[in-house]
Amino acid sequence: MRLDMASKLLNFGSKFFKSSKNFFNGAYGKRSSSSINARKWTGTRQKLLTFGALTGATGLLMYAMDASVDASSDSVHPAKQQWPHKGFLSAIDKESVRRGYQVYKEVCSSCHSLQYIAYRNLVGVCMTEAEAKAEAEGITVHDGPDEEGNYYDRPGKLSDYFPMPYPNEEAGRAANNGAYPPDLSYIVSARKGGEDYVFALLTGYCDPPAGFALRDGLYFNPYFSGGAIAMGQLISNESVSYADEDVAPSASQIAKDVTTFLCWTSEPEYDIRKILVIKVFVISAFLIGITYYIKRLKWSALKSRKIFYLPEIQEKAKKAAEDNCPK
Amino acid sequence: MKVIYNSLFKRTSTYAVAIMASAFFFERAIDVTSNLIFDSINKGKQWKDIKGKYE
Repeated sequence: MRLDMASKLLNFGSKFFKSSKNFFNGAYGKRSSSSINARKWTGTRQKLLTFGALTGATGLLMYAMDASVDASSDSVHPAKQQWPHKGFLSAIDKESVRRGYQVYKEVCSSCHSLQYIAYRNLVGVCMTEAEAKAEAEGITVHDGPDEEGNYYDRPGKLSDYFPMPYPNEEAGRAANNGAYPPDLSYIVSARKGGEDYVFALLTGYCDPPAGFALRDGLYFNPYFSGGAIAMGQLISNESVSYADEDVAPSASQIAKDVTTFLCWTSEPEYDIRKILVIKVFVISAFLIGITYYIKRLKWSALKSRKIFYLPEIQEKAKKAAEDNCPK
Repeated sequence: MKVIYNSLFKRTSTYAVAIMASAFFFERAIDVTSNLIFDSINKGKQWKDIKGKYE
């Protein structure tokens, strides 16, 4: 029984091998290897095939190495949440961004800067101009020399960027046990796992496992690389009170809102980008269709031509050529 | 088809005008349609939907 199957397999394999050889040669007719053209063509094809196979193998190897490192990293992978903006054509929830801004202002801005966002960026996204102006006026800005050369403090304007909690990195480190609270403007783009990571980090504080040596001033968070993070758990139920009574400020709600806000600061063009997806698909479909039709139209003459070999005519031409250019 | 060719496509100058005009209207149509699709998919998530509460 097994022998029978093995012989069948061998037959099939040899037929396949023969047919593949024929496939490579057959399209151009069986040529003798003495023909230079045939050798040249097979050579290039072989080179391309080996090159392609090598590239594929290298790519596979790189992916395998990367994946194996992933599996044994020093932090827990964040769970994938179902963010409202994660759909193919889904926008960021601006109501959530609005609440997230409030969370940032009340909880995070004491340590984390948001230096690439200005108050004017909030207008038309999560606030009216008047509201953004009011927010800006809540901060004081140290402004440049006036006509007499004096520096002065003034309330903020729409054009001002979000204030820095510390004047420089050293002050930030000194106030936070040597750890500098990173700027949050692009944090969702800058961290592996994106918004899932940020959300998991904010809600993932727990007791360290037995035997985990935690230095003074550090807290345990399994989602943070190494497990020991300098930021304590700042988000818990009712950390912030929302103006909207329908939304209950649970810890996960607060974390979700601030993470959505940080998504927006990372990618303010998010919505426009998704609208462009629709436009590009529609216009491309149209243009590709038209291009295909016109190409086929113009090529139809060439593709439907017929070539005939007529021996008498060939001999006549040969004779005429010899008569005209005698050797 | 013959009418369009004779009136628009025969002369290059009129052809060019026809292209520019149709591109304009085509683009506007795609713009409006895409925005409609996007707005319907994302009802309630955009600023224009929530700004009524805060003006």
